[in-house]
Amino acid sequence: MNLVLAALVGLLFAAGTWLLLGQRILRQVIGLGLIAHGANLTVLLAGGLVGRHAPLLGNPEPRADPLPQALILTAIVIGFGITAFLLALGYRMHALEEDEG
Amino acid sequence: MNAAAAPVLIPLLTGLLCVALPSRRLRWGVSVTGGTACVVASVWLVALARAHTVVILRFGNWPAPFGIVFAADLLGALMSAIGSWVALCTLLALLAQPHPRLDGFFHGGWHLMLAGMNGAFLTGDLFNLYVFFEVLLVASYFLLTLGSTRRQAREAFTYVASNLVASTLFLVGVALLYAAVGSVNMADLSVRMPDASPGLVRPAVFLLAVAFGVKAAIFPLYAWLPHAYVLPPGPVAAYFGGMLTKVGVYALYRLFTTLNPLRGPEPTLVTVAVLTMVFGVLGALAQEEVRRILSFHIISQIGYMVFGLALGTPQAWAAGLFYVLHHIGVKTALLLVSAAVEASYGTGALRALSGLAHAHPFLGLSFAIPALSLAGIPPLSGFWAKVFVVEAGLRAGEAFAVGASLAVSLLTLLSMSKIFTGAFWGPSPEREAIPALHYLAIAGVGVLTLVWGLGGGWLWDLTATAAERLADPGVYAQTVLGGR
Repeated sequence: MNLVLAALVGLLFAAGTWLLLGQRILRQVIGLGLIAHGANLTVLLAGGLVGRHAPLLGNPEPRADPLPQALILTAIVIGFGITAFLLALGYRMHALEEDEG
Repeated sequence: MNAAAAPVLIPLLTGLLCVALPSRRLRWGVSVTGGTACVVASVWLVALARAHTVVILRFGNWPAPFGIVFAADLLGALMSAIGSWVALCTLLALLAQPHPRLDGFFHGGWHLMLAGMNGAFLTGDLFNLYVFFEVLLVASYFLLTLGSTRRQAREAFTYVASNLVASTLFLVGVALLYAAVGSVNMADLSVRMPDASPGLVRPAVFLLAVAFGVKAAIFPLYAWLPHAYVLPPGPVAAYFGGMLTKVGVYALYRLFTTLNPLRGPEPTLVTVAVLTMVFGVLGALAQEEVRRILSFHIISQIGYMVFGLALGTPQAWAAGLFYVLHHIGVKTALLLVSAAVEASYGTGALRALSGLAHAHPFLGLSFAIPALSLAGIPPLSGFWAKVFVVEAGLRAGEAFAVGASLAVSLLTLLSMSKIFTGAFWGPSPEREAIPALHYLAIAGVGVLTLVWGLGGGWLWDLTATAAERLADPGVYAQTVLGGR
């Protein structure tokens, strides 16, 4: 499972980088999104994937590590906000282009 | 309220209030008042941090490393104080020459940026640092693109994208550190890092260094900077130029002192520092516009700060910190002068300008003093900053790097005289008015270099104390983790 996820992280980073190097704004935004997802998966991997149970007192071992999940949640929210901003910026560029003819 | 939270909470509340207020006059009133309160709070925090080593705020009263902590040591408090002061002065310059692009939401963005910056300086948690970096950057994206034209939006996109990639690398670095050490609390990391497996720690430190390096604009990661700082209204660019890269420099200092302390000169970092100095100054020589020249000089000067860090001794760190504080004042003053010129004369191109010193003697003076300080002419603060860095460099046996840094100073002087002969000498132009308030703003930051140059002993003492404490992260860690 670790290996599969690690390969997936690599794939996300590679695809994201490829898209980012393109010319079109929309592709670049999607590329940045993919890279961000790669980073999120890395955080998940960092906590280890052994935990099968919720980290509550009384639950049997092995328990999941809650911290990476909290970190990812925060990172997703930030990534979402910035993606929205980038899309708005891209739209603005498009609109200005039409204004200026 | 805990003192460590005030420099973050005050701007946050000010910004929110400003967005809600209906009239322009009220917004400016609240904005300037909030800015002043933030200066008072952060200076008070410097005094507290000096007396008590680390001022700690545990959110929800959870003990570290389980909860998030603010740990304001002298380094963070000093940065926050100078950042807040420069922000207040810049705000006055913006008030003096209101820019059509700065509408009602401007104050919200401005104070959000201030909150993010102070949060980054004061937090004791690596992931929290990431979050505050993002707050700061989102606010800076907003300020950069406010009412922009299409070309500006395109350039801003490059800035956003490069910073976003850097932030992602930062996040991956944090993840690797967590995998290796099992903590994101900086104090906890500093204690447990030596025992962790180097196979994970090394790439993590490398990724963090790259991420902070993009934000600090070190060689070869500075390509975004000269384009971005030409976009926003003059005073906003002055603040970005003075402070924004220094957040990256601060993070590099935190990484290589608290988290992964250097012991002695680090050859890679020294090389990077020298290349940053050289490429920055060469880039500046090729420019023909005041703001572009000054932007490239930011890069060059970052080299000196990183050089101090790379030497890896407390004395060199103190020199580097002194350099950071000196440069923030000087660079903001220079860019505020260029902003005044641009606002009154409508251009910053050297070809189009001449004789400004004749038309505005005081403006000439307020450009000449920081410009000479930037080049390192005594008795200004830039001279002492360079003396300290050079002395530390020679003690560490880095004669080649020291020689390069002195050569770069000469080139700095050359390009400063280029601005001076191009824009300030020559036949007098048709005189346009520059508001007194703008002069006050320039003087507010420009006076720092005079004060620290003529009587900077106390500042050196402060940075030396901060550096000694950085060299002994044990005390920091004990204080932060003490509540366990």
